[in-house]
Amino acid sequence: MTDPGRERRLLRGPNFLAALLALVAVFVVVIAGGFDAHAALGAFWRGSVGSSYAFFSVTLVRATPLVLLGLAVALAFRAGVLNIGAEGQLLAGASAAVAVGLSCRAWPGVLLVPSELAAGVAAGAAWSAIAAVLKRRFGVLEVISTLMLNFIAQYGVSYLVRGPMQEPTRVYPYTVQLTDAGRLPPLVGELHVGFVLAVALAIGLWWMLRSTATGYRMRVVGAGAAAAASAGRVRVERVALGAFLASGAVAGLGGAVQATGVTYALYEGISPGYGYTAIAVALLARLHPVGVLGAGVFFGALEAGAAAMQRDAGVPSVFVAVIEALVVLAVLALDRARETAASRTAPTVAPPVAEAG
Amino acid sequence: MTASATAAPALALHGIHKRFGGTVALDGASLVVQPGTLHALLGENGAGKTTLMRVAFGMVRADAGSIALEGAERRWRSSADAIAAGVGMVHQHFLLVGAMTVAENVALGGRGFVGGFNPARSTERVRQLGAETGLVLDPTARAGELPVGAQQRLEILKALFRDARVLILDEPTAVLPPREAQELYRWLRGFVARGRTVVLITHKVREALAVADAVTVLRRGRTVLEGPAAGLAEGAVVQALLGSRAPPIADEAGAPGTTAGEVVLDISGVSVVDDRGVLRLSEATLAIRSGEIVGVAGVEGAGHAELLRVLAGRLSPAAGTVRLPRRIGFVPEDRLRDALIPTMTLVENFALRDAGLARGIMPWSQYVARTHAAVRAHDVRSGEVTSSAATLSGGNQQKFVLARELEDASDALIVEHPTRGLDIRAAADVLARLRAARSAGVAIVVSSNDLDEVLAIADRIVVCFEGRLVPVVCNAEAVARAMVGLA
Repeated sequence: MTDPGRERRLLRGPNFLAALLALVAVFVVVIAGGFDAHAALGAFWRGSVGSSYAFFSVTLVRATPLVLLGLAVALAFRAGVLNIGAEGQLLAGASAAVAVGLSCRAWPGVLLVPSELAAGVAAGAAWSAIAAVLKRRFGVLEVISTLMLNFIAQYGVSYLVRGPMQEPTRVYPYTVQLTDAGRLPPLVGELHVGFVLAVALAIGLWWMLRSTATGYRMRVVGAGAAAAASAGRVRVERVALGAFLASGAVAGLGGAVQATGVTYALYEGISPGYGYTAIAVALLARLHPVGVLGAGVFFGALEAGAAAMQRDAGVPSVFVAVIEALVVLAVLALDRARETAASRTAPTVAPPVAEAG
Repeated sequence: MTASATAAPALALHGIHKRFGGTVALDGASLVVQPGTLHALLGENGAGKTTLMRVAFGMVRADAGSIALEGAERRWRSSADAIAAGVGMVHQHFLLVGAMTVAENVALGGRGFVGGFNPARSTERVRQLGAETGLVLDPTARAGELPVGAQQRLEILKALFRDARVLILDEPTAVLPPREAQELYRWLRGFVARGRTVVLITHKVREALAVADAVTVLRRGRTVLEGPAAGLAEGAVVQALLGSRAPPIADEAGAPGTTAGEVVLDISGVSVVDDRGVLRLSEATLAIRSGEIVGVAGVEGAGHAELLRVLAGRLSPAAGTVRLPRRIGFVPEDRLRDALIPTMTLVENFALRDAGLARGIMPWSQYVARTHAAVRAHDVRSGEVTSSAATLSGGNQQKFVLARELEDASDALIVEHPTRGLDIRAAADVLARLRAARSAGVAIVVSSNDLDEVLAIADRIVVCFEGRLVPVVCNAEAVARAMVGLA
């Protein structure tokens, strides 16, 4: 009732604008690159939303990790924690899920899949806890520590798939595949239950932030830590710590869902940078959980379409990275423009009293 | 000691005018400082001391008036010009880069981009200056890790590094323990004995008369007294400082204690140490009854800010016992940072008081109703209760915070600068709200740097001076004297 204040509604505009700019960018890039625009855009359409197969089995499958990781980023950012480490937390979660899936392969699916997901959640939270402890004890900025931990996680996965978790022939750098019992059940085509999980989590987090005391505390800590501490007597550090761990847990879940729903194994390239794209997703969604759902599907469609453009029209799919970057820049630029516009119309605060002297 | 009258003044400011928006900071102020003297610039808070010296240092451009250095008329485009001409200023809030070393801080701001920073030369120069002046500092120490007194020496060293002949210090002893203040004064005396010139901004009359060669007093942006310190009586300086003031208040405030009930807030022997290890508040003892307004007066850094935070339960003291009621309202000085979250709605800001203790589901519809009621009861001019707090004007923000902190029968209310930045009507409104709360039996503490504000509302006044509490009668002159250490 009170959560979407008047100005929040105004914010919807710029988001669509940013998305629109991204689509225009697709056009411009394709035409500027000298490609056959008709064929390229046709491929883009068919590959992303042009058929139910494209939409469910490609776009939404790609969107699932983006939504989950986007939620992780949004949750942390809302509480003022700049968790850039969703990528590392995803890798930790995926590793733990596959480890559980392989070591408990005799278990029935109803038991095994939840155990895998729980392991992913715990591992993601534990991975973010390293940065959280570094911040609290030594004042290490989480922007730096979480980013560094991403690299450690990446090399950790390399070690696992060449060492303790490598397939028995010891030739290839990946684990054996999860048994059927250890895989997320399918939903439609190649879409798995993980997408439902992502939707439920988006709605749940939206409700949590809006309606619960815990969510409200996270929001006040993110929006005004000094006022939260002074006027609200909120224990700011504790709330931020909770948000940090929760964010890691959600990212870890994202890793577990990807491993049990799509890859069925652990290998080095299990995430093509979902944790980084998720930052763009969260920003485009303006850190709103339900918005993350929309932005995640939008980015999933962009990536699916770009892959189709490469396949059918020879447009390099790295263009999608350019487009994603443009989206982030557009969001930030529109934000800035909105702020300047707002400060021009806002009532002037009384001038500070002249310098004591 | 005073230089011969034939030499041109080291620094001469005449007819300086300066306004900030609608506030007149300087109204034709003048200051003439003879070379080789220590000159004290005295005045109450807001008298314009700092602004006048910022004009001399080129940080603030005067609307009118003239600046002359050693007899030559000058026009500063920025403080870089003033520094190049030999004026140095040590600000009240130090401008040091904490992560850099002493030598780096000293070299910072040096001219010549291509020549660049030569660490060895800078280190050598710091040692050399230390030997010459007695301001010995380890050139390789990090500025942020130095104690306050050493940071101040570093600030002075920075000015000397640029060959300052006129050194301006803004309230230099405010941050120092008394022993180090004495050391600083001794050093400054030696500095002027070597022919340099010092302007000392201070509000401490007794110290100024003891240490300075000459004194200039500012009141409301004008120079009201100037002359050699030797011939001046303390009383004359205080008189000039305060001017003719309204008679003691007792009128509408009601006689102190008539409505006061039982003790609500009670602290005894409370000491506060800041994160630099400096004692900000020393063995403060104070009891506040329901239905009274206690004013706490003090100059910047006198310890009243800490006292208020202890009383509001926002700061735990290093020593002493504190007995506080369950519900304490707190209206801090910086409303937009410490009391409100500008980007959030009024309802969300209203709920902020409960943020730390809330459990389970937030009863938002109740908060909407309560916000509506409070906004109406306190005449807060706002749009929807779902509009953001940033859309309120300064006066309405203050009324809104008061409404929140007074809701639900607060036992005590701690208010810092209740009317700062408000126009006359809004200020009168806020004061009326405070009086109404007192009538309702709330124990109220009001603090301000502005003496008149405290006098206008308080039943009883305590003054903070250098971290100690000085009880005084409710009389303008007595309070003003206590604020500058003459109780």
